[in-house]
Amino acid sequence: MNETMMIAGMALVTFSMRYVMFAMAGRIRFPLWFKQALGYVPPVVLSAIIAPLILMPNGHLDISLANPYFWAALVAAGVGFWRQHLLTTIVVGLLSFVLIKWMVS
Amino acid sequence: MPSSKSIEFINGAKATIPMIIGAIPFGIIFGTLAESSGLSIWGAMAMSLFVYAGSSQFIALGLLAMGVGPVIIVATTFVVNLRHLLYATALVDKVSHLSHGWRALLAFGLTDEAFAVVNGRYLGRTDTARAHWFFLGSIVAMYGNWQLCTWLGIGLGELFPDMTNWGLDFAMSVTFLGIVIPYLRNKPMWLAVISAATFAIILRDLPHQLGLVVAALSGICIGYASQQIELRIKLAKLVSEGTNTASPYAKSTTKAMNNKARSTKP
Repeated sequence: MNETMMIAGMALVTFSMRYVMFAMAGRIRFPLWFKQALGYVPPVVLSAIIAPLILMPNGHLDISLANPYFWAALVAAGVGFWRQHLLTTIVVGLLSFVLIKWMVS
Repeated sequence: MPSSKSIEFINGAKATIPMIIGAIPFGIIFGTLAESSGLSIWGAMAMSLFVYAGSSQFIALGLLAMGVGPVIIVATTFVVNLRHLLYATALVDKVSHLSHGWRALLAFGLTDEAFAVVNGRYLGRTDTARAHWFFLGSIVAMYGNWQLCTWLGIGLGELFPDMTNWGLDFAMSVTFLGIVIPYLRNKPMWLAVISAATFAIILRDLPHQLGLVVAALSGICIGYASQQIELRIKLAKLVSEGTNTASPYAKSTTKAMNNKARSTKP
């Protein structure tokens, strides 16, 4: 079965990525430059995932008023920098998304 | 009196509440999108139960809808989830004293959200002997919520077929945005994030999510390079300020600078 194989494969590669370092438990040591570069990975990957979702929801760059993803993200970012509080950022982001989407439609 | 283990467990679950709120609409939209993307109900449930990786589950749906084969989807999952290798690397020293069973369990639940929450628990703290219970509490809360929302989404998708147009996928974006913001404390990090986002947009149409990989790698290189440049400039300033300083002093400054650079993570 194609679907079962696909899900098993996805589960296997995902778990391996998460487990291999824990399994070796400190027997792999990385040099300083590697650790420093490592610090950039999470924010860089997450922003590379969300940038196209926010700025090109319909497949092309769109920062017009008709793109609620962009404006709600802008509001959420503003609140995020101001309050430095994750829950506030997420809730305000979601609410402003609903509001802006309702306004432009 | 509750033991400190259960206190840690409950605190871990509590600290995960913001992530859970972001994951609710995101989990629901995954459930609702599954059928229209060509994934069976059982497939969607199994993906949430066994793969348990929101962003790659979402990407997999997108690829399935485009008619991409399972081998490419698994390969894409591998690339997208490479970042978890780096989360694990950051946390390995905190869990290396635990049994293999514990480590496997914690690894299984090491999502972006769990890392952001658990890393905050470990950073700058020494009372971490029982913090693995905090880790587990965070995972159990997040995992339980993800299953519930997937299941709910599948049901809602049957009831309201047009739900896929409601834009609930914005929940993932805003959660990730919230995770990224605390990192943005210095110029190299800003540069890294801005260039990764720019490359991701320019290269979006490359096949098999290759644009994402190239964007991430470029962001890391640019961030690291500008961190090194900034370090050199600061060093040069220090040296020119005190030209008569002896070399041992300069050496210890380099070391201190490197230590400082190492602790710039939030």
